[in-house]
Amino acid sequence: MARPADAKYTETHEWVKLGTQGEATVGITDYAVKQLSDLVHIELPKAGETVEQGSPFGEIESVKTVADLVSPVTGKITDVNTKLSDNLDTLKESPYDGGWIVKVKVNDPAEVDALMGAKEYQEFLEQSEEEGGDEGGDEDVDEDDIV
Amino acid sequence: MARTPLYETHVRAGAKVVDFHGWDMPIHYAGIVDEHKAVRTAVGLFDLSHMGRVFVRGADRKKYLQKLLTIDVGAMPHGRCKYTLLLTEQGTVIDDLIASEDATRDESFLVVNASNREKDLDWMRKHAAGFKVEIDDATSRLALVALQGPRSVDCVKAVLGIDPSGLKYYTFGYFDVLGPKCLVSRTGYTGEDGFEIFCPADLAQKVWDAFVAKGAPFGLRPIGLGARDTLRTEASMPLYGNDIDDQTTPVEAGLGFALSDKVDFIGRAALDRQKTSGTARKLVGFHMEGRRIARHGMELWAGGAKTGVVTSGTWSPSLEKSIGMGYVKPEHATGAIEVDVRGKREKAAIVAMPFYKRPKSPK
Repeated sequence: MARPADAKYTETHEWVKLGTQGEATVGITDYAVKQLSDLVHIELPKAGETVEQGSPFGEIESVKTVADLVSPVTGKITDVNTKLSDNLDTLKESPYDGGWIVKVKVNDPAEVDALMGAKEYQEFLEQSEEEGGDEGGDEDVDEDDIV
Repeated sequence: MARTPLYETHVRAGAKVVDFHGWDMPIHYAGIVDEHKAVRTAVGLFDLSHMGRVFVRGADRKKYLQKLLTIDVGAMPHGRCKYTLLLTEQGTVIDDLIASEDATRDESFLVVNASNREKDLDWMRKHAAGFKVEIDDATSRLALVALQGPRSVDCVKAVLGIDPSGLKYYTFGYFDVLGPKCLVSRTGYTGEDGFEIFCPADLAQKVWDAFVAKGAPFGLRPIGLGARDTLRTEASMPLYGNDIDDQTTPVEAGLGFALSDKVDFIGRAALDRQKTSGTARKLVGFHMEGRRIARHGMELWAGGAKTGVVTSGTWSPSLEKSIGMGYVKPEHATGAIEVDVRGKREKAAIVAMPFYKRPKSPK
């Protein structure tokens, strides 16, 4: 999947696109969705809640595991994609578009400069696969969770 | 890391491989839910060659196994497979297993959990003193390829050219499997009809490839351990290390059907005492109201206080609900409970098990 060049990426596999008026759109990457596999549930925040860069703002749960949704920006949530709850397939089909999770009015747009571009993120993924081998996002899979 | 004879095949098929108790095993190929549904509606192909397989032979094999197993060993007819347990003197579980009686070859065949194989063998060897028995760990000599699902019979007929439909559920026979005669049992860990094929390790590739090549008309898919877990949970089959372990007894776990009241065995006295006095906890099954998954170790609450713990939990693709099993105080064994999911108490309802029962099909 070609990743949007106008988005920034985090090491915890979220993406953020900055709009022209300091409002950001946030989601999770295709890599995250693929690692999770078999999505079951998303715990979404509510509009009006504040978020902080690096802090969890929700959860995404799959059959195997549950992962925090970590905010790439600091600000106030203005909109939540509540349709996702009944249609998690959108995250698989369109993680960078229809699969957006929250919109945030960011306090300081310059905050995203510290995040990775699409190319950097791809290099980060390749490096992680090399170092971690097959482990990828499966550190959370406990051998007792499977037969 | 231990690997089954089919490891390379799984990697080439794009499986996500994980370390399962020292074995590199496929957790999924296409995806857990897709694989689960394939087993419930068609037929799935499993590599279970990590499971421990042990033959017991010798003049004293039945007397010896009676000491260790909770079933009436002497009463087992030839060809019968039975679910049973190895217990400590305190009645707690060392392992659960399937034991099969082969009167023709005068041997018993045990299939034990991969995670407990060494522990089980130590226990068996320790208790063999004074008995004329031979304990033969055949795990590395034999592969275990399983077919599970409503189309299993037709699939096995077409692929192997044998007809296993005469086998009653939980019996076994020896069949020609692409040449050599192999033990084939009508057993499984999914709640579906199916067959477990025990073939020589060097035949595994040929058997697997044959099913992959000719199984498509039956909807055959390779299945990983992830779906194996969702399938067995739906069927409310216990998993050692989750629902039963060395701190729980089969009475607490509701496994009375595996305990004979006609014979003595290690742990029997402790279980009898427990049956008389009652248990402090009971294994129950529940549905979550919401979609969050109850996971092993989460607290169960009832009547405003902690009542127990979740032992197994997952998403049920067949019911489209989150389901789970856990121990609760006997007085809370019916009705509403709550599951503490990462700090938030989620509502759940205790239900009768099994969660899923396969539809009765005409023979």
